[in-house]
Amino acid sequence: MTGLLVSERTIVVPGEALADGMDYLPGDYTYRVGEAIYARALGLVSLAGRVLRITPLAGPYVPRFGDKIIGQIIDITMTGWRISTATAYSALLNVKDATTRFVRKTDDLSRMMAIGDMVVVKIVNVTSQRLIDVTMKEPGLHRISGGRIIRMSCQKVPRVIGKQGSMITLIKDKTGCSITVGQNGLVWIRGDADNERVVEQAIRLIEEKSHMEGLTEQVDAFLTKHAKPVVRAPESERQFAEQEEMPEEPGEEGSEREREQYTMGEN
Amino acid sequence: MMYNKQSIIELAKQSQRFDGRGFTDYRQPILITTNISKTAEGSARVQIGDTVIMAGVKLAIEKPYNDTPDEGGIMVNVELTPMSNPDFEPGPPGIDAVELARVVDRGIREAKAIDMKKLCLVPGEKAWFVTIDLITVNVAGNLFDAAGLAALAALKSAFFPVCDPETGVIDYKQKTNKALPLLKEPLPVTVFKICGSLFLDVTLEEEKAAEARLTISSDPDGTISALQKGGTAPLTLEDIERMIDLATEKAAFLRKELNRTIA
Repeated sequence: MTGLLVSERTIVVPGEALADGMDYLPGDYTYRVGEAIYARALGLVSLAGRVLRITPLAGPYVPRFGDKIIGQIIDITMTGWRISTATAYSALLNVKDATTRFVRKTDDLSRMMAIGDMVVVKIVNVTSQRLIDVTMKEPGLHRISGGRIIRMSCQKVPRVIGKQGSMITLIKDKTGCSITVGQNGLVWIRGDADNERVVEQAIRLIEEKSHMEGLTEQVDAFLTKHAKPVVRAPESERQFAEQEEMPEEPGEEGSEREREQYTMGEN
Repeated sequence: MMYNKQSIIELAKQSQRFDGRGFTDYRQPILITTNISKTAEGSARVQIGDTVIMAGVKLAIEKPYNDTPDEGGIMVNVELTPMSNPDFEPGPPGIDAVELARVVDRGIREAKAIDMKKLCLVPGEKAWFVTIDLITVNVAGNLFDAAGLAALAALKSAFFPVCDPETGVIDYKQKTNKALPLLKEPLPVTVFKICGSLFLDVTLEEEKAAEARLTISSDPDGTISALQKGGTAPLTLEDIERMIDLATEKAAFLRKELNRTIA
């Protein structure tokens, strides 16, 4: 028996054979034994090109190169900050990755970012021991002030963003809030206090019904019913708010990244 | 980890609450279930919002203390289980568990809620001792109120087990229809102070943003049996007066919820 053994979007359990033969490549949450590919997690099967991957139904966040995450400063070291990533692993932010400004050896780092501050950062390196290095030297990466942080399941993050960012754009347009979704499941919402709460409820709705069809319509109806009408900001400010681009849902064209991860693979 | 402390304080300044409730609103649902345990003499499960706690009452015959030879006694234990909150660790009770146990204990003890003299069987030799065990299932803030409510609900649902008068052996498998001699029904209500405003039924995030708290245990007639102050900020006399008004008012509200389930 060769080829694909399960169809796409079926739910598989760990150890279940997904494919046989070298025509397919093991992607996320799968592994190869001999020529067969098996599932590593309970989740939905998807096929992107030749790469088989599983979208787990639940589970912790696993840090990956290139992910934008939201973290909290938990310690200040000689050369930078230690950041809690709401996972089992903390990350290190070096001073040289935090600012372009010259920082003297004697400078007080807590004046730049203090313990307890929340930051949007991007993962630039993950070692095999899961030591994480992050950077803040890119557009859209910054210290967070105001608004609210909520925590959601990191496996549902792609649904909150939607295909080509459709869901997140809908929520932003309807509520006028600026929203930053970290891949680790922390979401920063800032806007009108009442609408911030509506966004939080909308995200909980998406989390709960993530497996259902027509979710965008449901969220649209929910927001139309509950959100306060948005007063359009002047064009100049709006551009600033929209600068924060969301990472897209890993889609059809994502196979290159998957292959990269495959070659980087754990073993 | 805690987030949103600054936002909670900013909103408090504008007389708003982070989750949109009024300052004195309790979270819904408030669910009280009694007789959840077959082995305990009395038991209850209380849910306030996402906070869930279970209480069990055990009765045993022991020798009374020397200074009160004609009285029984009570003991309260709290277990903050690691599964109920990521901040809790396994091991012997920490300072938070001990404080919670003592606040619940003091509320009941100092209100003279249980008729201790009626617990005595033979003065100086035998008396019933009441043990209240509180076990957290999910901690999402306002554990004091939930614990006090669960303890009282469990006490109200407790019945003595059958005890052989000659041998003194207790048959825990059979219950008599004799209830615990409850004289009063004290309930604790905790008022938090955040940025000058008074909050009731706080969430975990609000709890961590609070400057001070005061737990007030009161009877149906408004008699205060115990107070416990926590947090670093001082309270003014006006603060305390307002807190006591709020606490007695909300204790009546919780008591109504309790009486609705235990008819």
